[in-house]
Amino acid sequence: MATFIVRRIIAAFFITLGATFVAYILVANAGDPLAAANQIPNPDQRAQTVTTLTATLHLDVNPIPRYFIWLKGVLGCFVGNCDFGQTIAQQPVGPMLASALSSSLKLITFSTVLAVSIGITIGIVSALRQYSGLDYTVTFLAFLFFALPVFFIGVILKDLLAIRFNTFLQAGAAFSWAFIIIFSLAMGLIGYSLVPGETRRRLAIGSGVFVVFFAALYYASVTHWLTDPSLGIVVIAILSALFGLGITVLTAGLANRKALYTSMTTVAIGVALWYPLQYFFYENMNWLRVLGLLVVAIAVGIGVGYAFGGNDKGLSARTGAFTAVTTSFVIFADRMMRAWKAYTENPAVNGRPIKTQLPATPNIKGDFWIMTTDTLTHLILPTITLMLISLATHSRFSRASMLEVMNQDYIRTARSKGLTERTVIMRHAFRNALIPMATVVAFDIAALIGGAVLTERVFGWKSMGALFSDGLTKTDPNPVMAFFVVGAVIAVLANLLADIAYAALDPRIRLT
Amino acid sequence: MTIHLPSDPHETDVLPVEPRDEMSLEQREVAGLSQGQIVRRRFFRHKGAMISLVLLVFILLLSVSSIGWGPIPGWWKYDYSDIVAPPGGSEATFSFLWIGGSFFHWGDFPFGAPSVGYDNFAQVMRGIQQTLVIVLIMGILSTTIGVVTGALAGYYRGWIDSAIMRFTDLMITLPILLVTAVLGYVLGAHGVIPLALALGFLSWQAMTRLVRAEFLTLREREFVDAARVAGASDRRIIFKHILPNTVGVIAVQATLTISGGILAEAALGFLGFGIQPPDVSLGSLISQYQGAMLTGEPYLFLWPSVFIILIVLALNFIGDGLRDAFDPRQKRIPKAKDLRSSREQSREADLRAEGSASIGEY
Repeated sequence: MATFIVRRIIAAFFITLGATFVAYILVANAGDPLAAANQIPNPDQRAQTVTTLTATLHLDVNPIPRYFIWLKGVLGCFVGNCDFGQTIAQQPVGPMLASALSSSLKLITFSTVLAVSIGITIGIVSALRQYSGLDYTVTFLAFLFFALPVFFIGVILKDLLAIRFNTFLQAGAAFSWAFIIIFSLAMGLIGYSLVPGETRRRLAIGSGVFVVFFAALYYASVTHWLTDPSLGIVVIAILSALFGLGITVLTAGLANRKALYTSMTTVAIGVALWYPLQYFFYENMNWLRVLGLLVVAIAVGIGVGYAFGGNDKGLSARTGAFTAVTTSFVIFADRMMRAWKAYTENPAVNGRPIKTQLPATPNIKGDFWIMTTDTLTHLILPTITLMLISLATHSRFSRASMLEVMNQDYIRTARSKGLTERTVIMRHAFRNALIPMATVVAFDIAALIGGAVLTERVFGWKSMGALFSDGLTKTDPNPVMAFFVVGAVIAVLANLLADIAYAALDPRIRLT
Repeated sequence: MTIHLPSDPHETDVLPVEPRDEMSLEQREVAGLSQGQIVRRRFFRHKGAMISLVLLVFILLLSVSSIGWGPIPGWWKYDYSDIVAPPGGSEATFSFLWIGGSFFHWGDFPFGAPSVGYDNFAQVMRGIQQTLVIVLIMGILSTTIGVVTGALAGYYRGWIDSAIMRFTDLMITLPILLVTAVLGYVLGAHGVIPLALALGFLSWQAMTRLVRAEFLTLREREFVDAARVAGASDRRIIFKHILPNTVGVIAVQATLTISGGILAEAALGFLGFGIQPPDVSLGSLISQYQGAMLTGEPYLFLWPSVFIILIVLALNFIGDGLRDAFDPRQKRIPKAKDLRSSREQSREADLRAEGSASIGEY
C-alpha cells in the first residue's frame, strides 16, 4: 500500500509539472502581453511601460527558460514564499489569487457536498424503487439536467427566480392558492412514491404529507412568515424528533428500543439547551464556536448512546451522534432565521435579499449572523446552478452502482439469513454501492472547476473564473497560469485521493 | 461475475413462477437472429431513443433546409447575416397549439428579432448547423484517437500502456478554453472547423480509458489465443477480433462525448472564445441575449437554449438506448399478457403433439 501511494504521488507530481509546462507554452503563445502597452499614445510613457513590462514578465527570455523562472516562483509556495508573477497592470498575482480562491473554493465545496449527498440519496432511492414512476421521473430529470448548459440554468435562476422571489418578499410573501395546492400536491406525490408497501398505506402517508405541507404553507402565507421566519421551541422539538426518528429507522430500526431512547434523549437535551444557547449565540459568535458546539453535541450524543448501554452500544452511540448533528442543525437554522428580518432591513440589502451579483454585499456591516446570511444569500444561486448538473451525474452513477450491488449473491445470502430489509440495504448494499462513487466524485470535482468559471461569469463574481477568462482576453499570462496551476493541482489531487480511496475500500483492486 | 444464460438449467429449476414459459418466450424472440439484428431490434424498441432519433433528424432537416447550406438553397426568406427587421426588433410571431394565438402560425420573425435587425430564426438555424458540424468532426476525431490509443495501451500493455496513460492523465488537466484561445490567436482562425478540431483533440481521454479497460479483459480470452495460434497478426487481432466486441462501449461513449462537446462549444461561445461574429453559434447567441430575459425579449434567449437542450437530450437518450441494446445481460421483463399467451400457445402445441401422437398410435 505504501509503495503504491508513494508511486502515485510521484506520478501525480510529474503530471502536474508536465501539464503546467504545456499550459505555459500555450499561454505564452496565446497573444502578445505588450499589445495594450503598445497602444499608449505618449511615446515616452509607452517606451517606459514596455521596458518595465518586459522586465517584470521576463518577456525577453525564451518561453522555455521563462517557464522555469515562473516555476521557481511557484515552487516557493512549499517554503512559504509564493510568487505567481505580476499582471500586465503590474500587480502581484498572489494576493489576487488568494482572495479569488477563497470565494471559489467556498462555491465548489458547497456544491460538491450538496450534490454528493443529495445525488447519492436520490440515486439509491430510485434504485430501490426500480421501474417505478419515481424511478422514471428521476431518470428523465437526470437526463434533462445533463443536457442543460450551466449558464442557461444560471441565467434562468437569476432573472426569473431570484428577481421574482425578491419582489414576492417585498410584496409581503403571501402565496397564491394555486401555488399552495400544486406544491403540496407535488410533495404528497413524492411522499406517496417514496413509501414502500400497500397502496392504502402509501395513499395514507401521501395524503398526510399533503395535509402537513398545505397547513404549513397556509400558515406561512397568512402570517407572512417568510419576511420574519423563526421556528420556536415547539417546531424545533417536533422537527428534531422527526429527524431523530428518521435516523433511528435508518441506522437501527424502531424495534431497537435502546437506540430509539438514545435518539429521543439526545433530542430532549438539545431542545432543553435551546434557550441558554440563545445567550451563547448572542455575542462573539464565530465559526470556531459553531464547530466547537457541534463537537460537543456529537460527544453528548455518543455519551447518551453509551449510557443506555445494552448489547450494541456502538450502534446506539452512532444513532445518538447523528441525531445530535441534526438537532444542532435545526437549532442553528432557527437562529439563522431570526437574523433574516434584520438582514433584509439592512440598508445595504434594501429588502431584496437573494443576490444575483458578486460574492458578498459591499459595505455591509453586522454581527456573525448577518454576515453568514449575506454569504449564504450570495452563494445560494451559484451553488444550485453548479449542483444541479453534478446532481444528475451522481444520481445516475449511484443508481447504477446500487442496482449492480443489489443483484450480487451476498445480498441474496443476507436476505436468506433472515436479516431485515433495512439491515440488508443499509449495511450490505449501501456501503458497497458507495465504493465506485469515490472515482466519480473525484472526476466531478475537476469538472466543477470548469463549471465554476461559467457560473462565476453569470453571477458576476471576480473569482478564479474571472482570473482565467479576463487574463485570456487581455493576453495577461500570469493570472491564467495561476488559475491553471490551482485547477490542475485540485484535479490531480482529487484523482490521487480517489485512486487511493478506491484501493483502500475495495480489497479486490490490485495495487500496481 | 457470472452471466446466467437463458438456457442455464439451474436457473430454470430455481426460478419460482413457470420459468419455462419465460425462457421460451425470450428464446423465441432472438431465435435465428445475428448479434447485429438483436442489437438493432432492442434499439428500435427503446422508445426514448427512437423518439430522440426522429427529433434529431427533424432538427437536422429543419436547419439545413430552412436557410440552406453552402450550395443548397433554403426555403426561408432571410439569411442569418441579413439585417431585415425594423429598428427596435420584433416580437416572436411563431405560435403553436394556441400558445401565442393560433394553432399554427409562422409569421415574419418566428423567433423574434433583436433591435440590431437580424432574424433570430435564421440565426438559430445557422447555430444548429454549426453545432452539427462540430458533432460530426469532433465525434469522428475523438472516437478515432480514443479507440486507437486505448486499443494500443490495452493490447500491448507494458511501457506503451504507461506512456499512453500518463499522457492521457496529462491531457485531462488541460482546459479546452485555453487551447481554443491559443488556437484562435495563433492560427487567426475563429471558424467552426478549427473549433471542432480543437474539441476533438481534447476530448478523447475518457474513450481511451474505457477502450483500454475493455481490451485488458478481452485480450485474455480464448478466442484471442485461438486467433494468435492460427497466425493472425497483432493488427488483425486488434481490429478484427477484439475491436468488434467493444463496439457497445464505444458507441455509448461517443454519444456522451459528443453531447459534452456541444455543451463545451456553447460554453466557449458564452465566454466569447468560440465562433466569432458575424458568424454565430448557439452558444454565442445565448451569450449575446442573456440579458434579454429582463428586457422583455425572452424569445431571443430561450430559442437557442431550447435547441441546445433538445439536441443534447436526444443524444443522451440515444446513448442510453445503445447501452441497453448492447448490454448482453439486459433482459426484458415479459408482460403478464405475453406470458399468458405464450403459455396458451405452448399448451396448444402440447395438445396438438399429443393429438398427433395419439393419431399415430392408432
